[in-house]
Parts: sequence; structure tokens; C-alpha cells
Amino acid sequence: MKKLMSLFMTFVIVTFTALPIFAGTVIIESWRNDDADAWNDKIIPAFNAQHPDIEVVFQATIPAQYSASISAKLEGGNAGDLITLIPFDASLKLFNRGWLASLNDLGGLDNYPQVAKDAWSTDDQSDLFGVPMASVSHGFMYNKDIFKELGLSVPKTESEFFSVLEKIKSDGNYIPLAIGTADTWAISTMGFQNIGPNYWAGEKGRKGILTGDEKFTDDHYVSLFETLGKWSNYMADGYQAQTYPDSQNLFTLGDAAIYPTGSWEIFTFSQNADFEFSAFAPPTRDGQSNCFIDDHTDIGIGLNSKAKNPAEAKVFLEWLTGAEFAEIFANEVPGFFPLHSHSISVNDPVAKEFISWKDTCDTTIRNSYHIVGRGEPNLESVLYEVVSGVVNGTVTPAEAAERAEASLANWYEPHQ
Amino acid sequence: MKKKFPFHIIVFLFPACFIYSIFMIYPLIDTMRVSLYTQNLLGENMDDSSGVRAFIGFRNYYDLFFNDTWSWHFWNALKNNLYFFLLHVSIQTPIGLLIAAFLSNKELKLKNTYRTLIFLPAMMSIVIVGYIFNLILSNLWGIPQTILGVVGLEDLYQPWLGLKGSALITVSLISIWQFVGIPMMLFYAALLNIPEEILDAAKVDGSSGLNTFWKIKFPLILPTVGLMCVLTYVGNFNAFDLIYAIKNIYAGPEFSTDLMGTFFYRTFFGYQHQLGNPTMGATVASTTFGIILIGVMIYLFAFQKRITRYQY
Repeated sequence: MKKLMSLFMTFVIVTFTALPIFAGTVIIESWRNDDADAWNDKIIPAFNAQHPDIEVVFQATIPAQYSASISAKLEGGNAGDLITLIPFDASLKLFNRGWLASLNDLGGLDNYPQVAKDAWSTDDQSDLFGVPMASVSHGFMYNKDIFKELGLSVPKTESEFFSVLEKIKSDGNYIPLAIGTADTWAISTMGFQNIGPNYWAGEKGRKGILTGDEKFTDDHYVSLFETLGKWSNYMADGYQAQTYPDSQNLFTLGDAAIYPTGSWEIFTFSQNADFEFSAFAPPTRDGQSNCFIDDHTDIGIGLNSKAKNPAEAKVFLEWLTGAEFAEIFANEVPGFFPLHSHSISVNDPVAKEFISWKDTCDTTIRNSYHIVGRGEPNLESVLYEVVSGVVNGTVTPAEAAERAEASLANWYEPHQ
Repeated sequence: MKKKFPFHIIVFLFPACFIYSIFMIYPLIDTMRVSLYTQNLLGENMDDSSGVRAFIGFRNYYDLFFNDTWSWHFWNALKNNLYFFLLHVSIQTPIGLLIAAFLSNKELKLKNTYRTLIFLPAMMSIVIVGYIFNLILSNLWGIPQTILGVVGLEDLYQPWLGLKGSALITVSLISIWQFVGIPMMLFYAALLNIPEEILDAAKVDGSSGLNTFWKIKFPLILPTVGLMCVLTYVGNFNAFDLIYAIKNIYAGPEFSTDLMGTFFYRTFFGYQHQLGNPTMGATVASTTFGIILIGVMIYLFAFQKRITRYQY
């Protein structure tokens, strides 16, 4: 008992002396404990080189508990000054309840495209409450060794893509596409949202769904479902029961040639795969001159309306909008890309490949998140269902389109 | 002399009643209360920290039963749950009974070993069972087609957990495999309780083994069989963990393994980008409670009273 007591006392003393929090300290609340080293060793020191008088502490919570714990902290008035935000409705809720400050007058916001700011703005864009921080891009990763062995070249168009898949299939040694439908979010996000922007012309189509000018029953959505249906010919046996980790393993074990995915995998894959891999952008449709990629807004950062040091926190936020932060962040956390408009040099070769697409292609975000992602049922979960149904062959493309449209018509006025 | 009011009874009953009321009855009633309200999910115009709740009467129930958005999932989950229950009753109970009958045979050797082995899965964590079966049935890492081919069963090489038509049956069979030990134990205990004299008398009268079982043993343990069915019913309608461990809260493919428990979880807590709807969740929970209540009542009033009990 005595031993336990002294252990406890040591713990208390260590905790309190290790975190010397005094007035003037800016505390950042985040769920990204994976990035803690990047923040503590690189980002904060770089900031302090310019602003030595402001102390910044990066405080990470376990990801699964972040939303609940940050709500509780903000409600109780003991949250940190800066709050890392997930995109769209969950953060909008925090703003609507008055817990986040409006950042309309912050300098440096012109460094971001409007689509990046949408994720942390009110619906009418009158208030911005979060500085966009990072995005993740969709694309296809491929096993370079397998491509070399089979003499394949990287596909640019959809017909090239399918002929590559056909060649891998007829060779018979490798699984052409590493993806399954057991985790419905995986096939929807990494299939539908991956190649989709080429079908609905990026932002134009996404806005079209929001205004009701485009409907899911339009031809290009139906043909998108048709294309996804064709994927199933090239997926592993029993793909209906293949989960997201199964697909990851198939690819990193070198059993599969192509893996439809997103940039967030770069970091883990470069540690686990003992072959060379790279990425290619979603193949364009035949006869399509421009290309579109999904560059989804994923992390933002907002100001606590009851922050203890709002002035210092704002200085830090303004610094985040600059090129220096963008450069450090992009290199320390490969696969998560700063949302700044200006070009950024990255060292990781695969991340570099992902980022290079932004020079030639127009970017957009997943079309089911902004506004249409909040109804009952929300578009995102309906898409999970119909996309996996189409790939499983239990739902026809036309039915899938109708079901997606009907779910929107159920609650969303522009589609009624 | 007037009898003194028995205060000591109240004193002794108080702790149990108090704890039961606070942790069981109050939450149950409050859940029913909450199910009559609605809530602004986006948190706009919040008056207080708990969020605006407006009284809407039975509209949540109406939506749950008749509005397509909810009703499809509700009836689907209810249908699946009934199917899940029927499979359990029609497979788990007879197998449990059969094993118990074998175990109660005096000549059987290694009785305790069998009993332990058959009961073992019921003590394993559902997460582990789900994980193991996911791997065994996986076409990628599980039993390969070549091994099935050796015994001429190539055709059985299918993603049983991934096909819409077979997923629910597969999950049910996994659950039956895991919990068949519980009816076995109950029936075994009941069979052991049957006095030797009755069985000896049957033997003297020239009754065969099978005849003795159906005409004497089975009627004597019928109350236990009925009890087992009710326990299975309550357990099945509260089931959640196995589906969650094997198929996640989406209960795929296309909600074909969705049960009341997983439906409730998705409604109440939300999932991925769907914000949870606590009041609708309360409606689902109250409805599930109602379904269980009705089932148990039917058993109590229609069956239990009619089952003949024998004194021995």
C-alpha cells in the first residue's frame, strides 16, 4: 500500500512538473497523437524561431475519444486555446453552440482555395471558424515490381486501366485489384469517390448535387456505377467478405498489383512493403481532356471562443497559413497534404507523385460530405450501401442511382 | 393485540429495491420518456447544454414503423432477428438436448471431458470467436479451395460471410456453435435430476431406451426446454456483440445481418459521418423492450401454465 501510494505521488509530481503550463501558453488540442513528434520536434520549434515569446503545447487525445472529449472540455470551459477540427458537421456543431470563435478577420486566409475553406465554414460561407490544415488525396497505388515483371505501363485512361487489369488477370499469378466490399466504406470511399470526380467533373458536379441541378439518376452517375461494377471481375475470390485490412495485407504482401486507395496509406506502406511501389492518378474517361482528383479536406484548426490567450493563438494560426508550416508539415507527415494554394516541395517519392497531380488536375472533395452529409439517412451512408451492392452484383447501376437520389429527395429540398 | 407493522421487511427489501430502481427501472422509464421527444442534431439555437428537445408524442414510433427511411431498417432488423431466433431454437435446442441425452448415458466414457470441451466455446470471448471464424471463412487466409477439393467439396469454397443470402445463416451457426453448451448443461442437469426408480421401473416394464427417453425423460424435462427457449429469445433479441465483432455495425452485406441490437447502436450512437439520434435510439430501445416483453408474456401465459409438472 505504501509503495502504491509513493508510486502515485511520483506520478502526480512528474505529471505536474513535466507540463509547466503558465499564462501565455497556447495549448493545441488534437487527436493526431501520431503526429506528436512532428509538432514537438519540428513545427513548434520553427514557430518559436520567429516568435520566441509564445509558448505552444501540443496536447493529443486518443482518436476514438476525441469528439466526445473535446465537446466536454469546451462545454466545461477548460479546453485548450486551439482546437483541431474534423471537417464539416461535427465541427459546425461546435461553432453553432458558440464554442468556436469566428476567424473571418484572420490574415492569410487568401492562401487557401474556397473548397478547402468550405469544410470549416457555415453553409452560407458568412463565417469561417477553422483554418484548413491538411487534406488526403485519392489515387491508385501499384506494385512496381509486378508492373515490371509483366511489362505493364501506368494506365492514363480508363480503357488502358482495364486492359492492364485484364493482362494481370490473364497472367494469373497476382490479384489485379486489392479491394473488397465487406467494409462498405472502403469500396465507396476508395472506389466511388476515387474515380468519381472524373465522371461528375469535380467541383462542378459536387455543386450540382448541392443545388439540385444534377441528380444521381443522370447518365454520368449511372455509368460511374457501371464502371465500378466491372471492377468485381478483377477482385480477389470472395471479395464480398474481404475487409479493408485484408486488402491492405494483400497489397503489402505483394499478392496484389493495384490498390485503389488514398495518400494516408503512404506512411504505413513504406514501412511494411518490401517492394517498390508508386501511385497513379484516377484514370480519365476516354475522350476526356482535363482530369479531376479528389483532395479531401481532413484536418482543420479552430480557436476556442473562451481561449485564455486568444491574441497569441491568433498569431500562431496566422503562421499556420504561411509557406513555412506547409513545407514542414508536408514532409513530416507524408500523405497528409497542406491545403495551401502555393506549391510545396515534398521529399517522399510517393507523396510527391500524389502532390504532382494537383498541377495538372482540378481538385474537389468527396461529394457526399458538405451539407448533403447531414440528413437522415445521410448521403454518405447511402452511397456505402449502393456502391457495395453494385460491386457485389446484387444492385443494378440504375437501381443504385435511383436509391441514392431517393434518399436525398427524402429530406433535401433542392432534390424534392 | 394489534400486530406491529413489519418494518424489518422494508429495511431488508430497501437496498435491493433502491439499486434496482435507480439502475434498471428509472433508466427504462426515462428511455421511454426520451423516445417521445426530438432533438436538433446540428446544435443550432441551443437553449441549454443538453440541447433543445421538443415533445412530439408518438411521431418517432410512427416514423419507425411506417416512414421508409426508418421502417425499412426496422422491419429488416426485426425479420432478421426472428430468423436468428428461429434458427437458434430449431438447431441449438435439439443439438443441446441430443448431447445432454448422450452425456446422461451411464456407459459413456470420458463424460466429463466431452462436457468440458463442448461447453468451452461458451466461455470464450465473442471477439475472439468472431475473429477466428472470420479468418477460417475468409477466402484469402482461410481454408483453401485445394483442401476442400481433396474431399470433393470445391463448391463450398464461397465467401459465406459476404454473400447476402448466406451471411445471416452463417452468423447464426457460429453463434449456435458457441452457445450450444448452455442448453446442454441445463438439460443435462435436468436429466440427472430424474429419479433412478422411475427409470428402473420403466426398464422392468420393458421400455426400450428410445421409448424411455421420449415417453418419460422428455416430458419430465419439458419445463427446462421451455425455459431454455425463453432465455434464447431474450438473448437473441438483445444480441449485438457477435454481429459487431464479425460484420461491424453496418451488419453487411446490405444489412442482411442487421439485428435489433446493431440497428439500435447505429441509430443511437451514429456511425462514421451520421450523427447519432438519441431520441430515435430511445424509440428503438423501447420497441425492442416491448418485443421482448410480448414474447416473454406469450410464453408465461400461453405455455408455461399448460406444461404439466411432475412431482417426484
